[in-house]
Amino acid sequence: MNTATPPVRAIKARRSVMESIRRDLKTAPLTAWFGMVVILLYAICAIFAPLLAPYGESEIVGKAYQLSSPENWLGTDQIGRDTLSRLIFGARNTIGIALITTLLSFLVGGSLGVLAALKRGLLDQGISRVVDAFLAIPVLIFALMMLAVVGKSLINLIIILALLDSTRVFRLSRAVALNVVVMDFVESARLRGEGMRWIVFKEIVPNILPPLITEFGLRFCFVFLTISALSFLGVGIQPPTADWGSMVAESKSLISFGRPAPLYPAAAIALLTVAVNFVVDWFLHKTSGLRDGH
Amino acid sequence: MVTDKKRVKGETLLDIRGLKIDGYSDDVWNPIVKGIDLTLKRGEVLGLIGESGAGKSTLGLAAMGFARPGCRISGGSIVFDGMDLIAASEEQRRALWGSRIAYVAQSAAASFNPAHHIIDQTVETAVAHNIMTREKAEADARDLYKRLQLPNPNTIGDRFPHQVSGGQLQRAMTAMAMSCRPDLIIFDEPTTALDVTTQVEVLAAMRDIVEQFNTAAIYITHDLAVVAQMAHRIMVLRYGNLVEEATTRAMLKAPTQEYTRSLWAVRKLQKPESISDDIALRIHNVDASYSGSLKVLDNVTVQVPRGRTVAVVGESGSGKSTLARAITGLLPPSRGEIYFNGKPLPRALHERDKDTLRRIQMIYQSADTALNPRQKVRDIIGRPLEFYLGLQGAARDRRVVELLESIELNESYIDRLPGEMSGGQKQRISIARALAAEPEIIICDEVTSALDQIVQEEILSLLMRLQKKTNVSYLFITHDIATVRAISDEIVVMHQGKVVQQGPKSKVLSPPFPAYTELLLSSVPEMDPDWLTGLLAKRSKKVKAATA
Amino acid sequence: MHPVLRTVLQRLGLGIVTLLAVSVIIFSSLEMLPGGYAENVLGQSATPETVAAFKRDLGLDRPASVRYFEWIGNAVQGDFGSSYSGLSGSMKRNVSATIAPRLYNTFFLAAMAALIAVPLSLLLGAMAALHRNSWFDRIVNSVTLTTIAMPEFFIAYILVYVFAVKLRLFYPNSTVSIGTPFVEHLYRAALPAITMTLVIIAHMMRMTRAAIINLLASPYIEMAQLKGVSKSDVIRHHALPNAWAPIATVIAFNLAYLVVGVVVVEVVFVYPGIGQLMVDAVSSRDMPVVQACALIFAATYILLNLLADIVSIVTNPRLLHPK
Repeated sequence: MNTATPPVRAIKARRSVMESIRRDLKTAPLTAWFGMVVILLYAICAIFAPLLAPYGESEIVGKAYQLSSPENWLGTDQIGRDTLSRLIFGARNTIGIALITTLLSFLVGGSLGVLAALKRGLLDQGISRVVDAFLAIPVLIFALMMLAVVGKSLINLIIILALLDSTRVFRLSRAVALNVVVMDFVESARLRGEGMRWIVFKEIVPNILPPLITEFGLRFCFVFLTISALSFLGVGIQPPTADWGSMVAESKSLISFGRPAPLYPAAAIALLTVAVNFVVDWFLHKTSGLRDGH
Repeated sequence: MVTDKKRVKGETLLDIRGLKIDGYSDDVWNPIVKGIDLTLKRGEVLGLIGESGAGKSTLGLAAMGFARPGCRISGGSIVFDGMDLIAASEEQRRALWGSRIAYVAQSAAASFNPAHHIIDQTVETAVAHNIMTREKAEADARDLYKRLQLPNPNTIGDRFPHQVSGGQLQRAMTAMAMSCRPDLIIFDEPTTALDVTTQVEVLAAMRDIVEQFNTAAIYITHDLAVVAQMAHRIMVLRYGNLVEEATTRAMLKAPTQEYTRSLWAVRKLQKPESISDDIALRIHNVDASYSGSLKVLDNVTVQVPRGRTVAVVGESGSGKSTLARAITGLLPPSRGEIYFNGKPLPRALHERDKDTLRRIQMIYQSADTALNPRQKVRDIIGRPLEFYLGLQGAARDRRVVELLESIELNESYIDRLPGEMSGGQKQRISIARALAAEPEIIICDEVTSALDQIVQEEILSLLMRLQKKTNVSYLFITHDIATVRAISDEIVVMHQGKVVQQGPKSKVLSPPFPAYTELLLSSVPEMDPDWLTGLLAKRSKKVKAATA
Repeated sequence: MHPVLRTVLQRLGLGIVTLLAVSVIIFSSLEMLPGGYAENVLGQSATPETVAAFKRDLGLDRPASVRYFEWIGNAVQGDFGSSYSGLSGSMKRNVSATIAPRLYNTFFLAAMAALIAVPLSLLLGAMAALHRNSWFDRIVNSVTLTTIAMPEFFIAYILVYVFAVKLRLFYPNSTVSIGTPFVEHLYRAALPAITMTLVIIAHMMRMTRAAIINLLASPYIEMAQLKGVSKSDVIRHHALPNAWAPIATVIAFNLAYLVVGVVVVEVVFVYPGIGQLMVDAVSSRDMPVVQACALIFAATYILLNLLADIVSIVTNPRLLHPK
């Protein structure tokens, strides 16, 4: 009879962080590469906007509604500012505001979600019921309503959107935290007598990071699109701040004259969200470990 | 008509040569089955045993010519009744499936479509392959239900899968497999998920029907005692290779390979019983319930002597795991007291102080969920040292290495993550984590149930050694009688929240038995091919005597 | 009581409670108006006397709970009261009368989009799931992933640019009125409907594909294969009966998405629907109109989710046939 040999790869050697990143990048599909490059470009635009833009954000450089020329590659807008410069500054404004809002939303929604999953009982039921009521109102509608009530300032916009979006983050973080909370190692920590701080930060959080990171990408896209939509509708970021959504609204009358002016800022928005979605999709594919001979 | 098919007993039905199967994982193809020869004659039952990862399920499905997505047949030949299954087209193979080769899966609950009646699914194959008309098929199905001893055979088929119990559903799946009177049935761990007492009936039913219709069968399992009841011949697999092959009686009497012998090593373990009056933990008249009135623990009294092992044995729903939760304070008792070293224990977890918590530790069944996948061994074992004993830094690491040695692991394990260790190694880490606190009592909740036979034996031996060294008491919760024999000094038998019997091992395991203990002990398969036949004869004699 | 009936009633009850809770939220948000509603409407001419008179006229000096019940009671009957806009609140208009034709227009548009999008997405999504990892599937995946990431106004303006301005096949603005004949209404609303359709198809196809792949991974599907059941029978007989619940959820979710997306599209095409109305009301801070619109949107959203849940309940074999 044959002697049975144990499998060669009995214990997987763990790769260092750098090695695993390098390996992941090698196997990334074209779409993910495209996404990462685009995100990098946008980040550079956002950070180095003053250095990259040919003119200032609100600087009037010529007559209104000029077509593209060597001085103004994309022409001028309705009061004579350079469209290209406003596009570049728009990156910083729109992306920056969307990032701050998403971070705030995750802070509030994430911590409440983990808390509800940990404590269960009345606290969980109470918060969940309230969140369910807020979830029943679409974000755009609710934001429109609240902005009508409290006025269209930037602070209001950020706070309202962050709070509304945090309900969605709450639901997800509660769900993933619940999956971890029922694991034996959490019970083991409880039996040890560990306090809440240890259980949350050492046992739960490290195990819910992958889905939360993916969700961050998706929620950023959602917030970004919602801010742009609100600005397009006139209630989001207010002039004279350069913002892609309002730039679309400002130039929309031009399209009937055959000039694709509103398409430039709209394309800028679309490109970023498409890029983020590609990267998130790749991340999801990797972490869900689909094994079907793909 | 199907039953008229002439089957010549002794004729070769299935001939597999040099079969190689690969599986796709981590972006690469790995061999699962590495060149196996298998021959099966008509009417013969072949047992395939091996530990998890041996490739038995894959081989069983391959015998049908089926490969799951992510698996591919990379070499060898499979010939079924003269037909080459590898060369055959998908359509040709599909014509065989269900009608000439049938499959009985491990989980009947998952294999039945929740949206259709049981009988519809039972007759589906026969009707689809045009073997019988619908009315004939349904009548035949009801006859099969009767042969398989299902309750209400004429009406049970009208129910939906979720309305029927697990054991009944497993038999219904066997009826489904039988409906076309196939030449070959592949049973893939069909009783693994069932309670021991249910298993007996299902095994008997399966064996009878296979004999009645002269069907060949491949019976896949990891339990040697079970396969001994069912199979004429046994093949032992390990890591995708054949280790040993012999007739059942020959293999049980005189196995030639070391590995085969080690498969029932647990049954050889036998701890010499030792009684003590020094009681460390006393559970006294305890009631507990989750919410409302249904008691999950009913007037339970158990004593755990110092430095000894008390095994709590029972089936699912017996309350044995709930007992552990009551002791640790996760489920405060609604009545009764628990005394630890003579002093009453605060009922709820949050009322206990750190030192009390330290002295009672718990080890869980599934090491996958018991260890934080993001923590290294250094922190998993090191945290109790920090938390209870105040050890830090180098002193803490030194102690971790000592503990690693006591669980027979090399000090290089200190930087490993749980994902880089096998099931047995992870369970050892769990043991070390419990030991780190220097406890007086360790509650072991089914700690070997999820492990392979050989690893089970290693872990149990380790636990025995550690007990001798540290004089710690074990409350060992399990459903497996062989483990109980191996490891306990005293035994507590539980059934539906009540203590049915308790006492020293020798007393509990010898007659006279209370009714439930009798049922439980007798249902455990023995390593004797005639055990099942004998048991059924004994039980029917009892029934005859009772109804006379 | 039969479990199905009981569960459906429970779910209905939950839906009603949610709707009430939402109405409370919408109502109380008005209370947050800095300066109060009266001051905002009267604007320049807001003196303590005029404010008090205004409040008395409208009954705004009564306690909030009383006003809430009156508001919600009337709303259920379709009466949303009056709104005051223009200089010092001189222009009074009946909110319901303003909303009604707009609501019709929006439903018209949504129905156009849904009727095309729903069957097409279900079909394409199912095909993609059944031929997983084929070229068809991969292209479908990339295209839909791109489309769902884009803002609606981008897709809208591209369509306007290509089809309305350059090719002159459709109107760039979709102005319709009450008297517009049905066919012309269809033609004028074509571009916004196409925009919505594209957006919805992308979302729905992805979700359908995911739901069906999930379903096909069930063990009983493999069992059916092992019984020799043909591929088409496996789909028709085993997968489909269990597919109602996930498909209904996908449809309801996307119809709810349609409800929100319609706002931006109406503004782009200047289509006189309820979305356009709400945006205008927000700009002019016409609170009764804003509240009414918000309530209608939320109610539609809740209703759609309720329908999806009820379909899931009614097709669940465990509830239909209890032990």
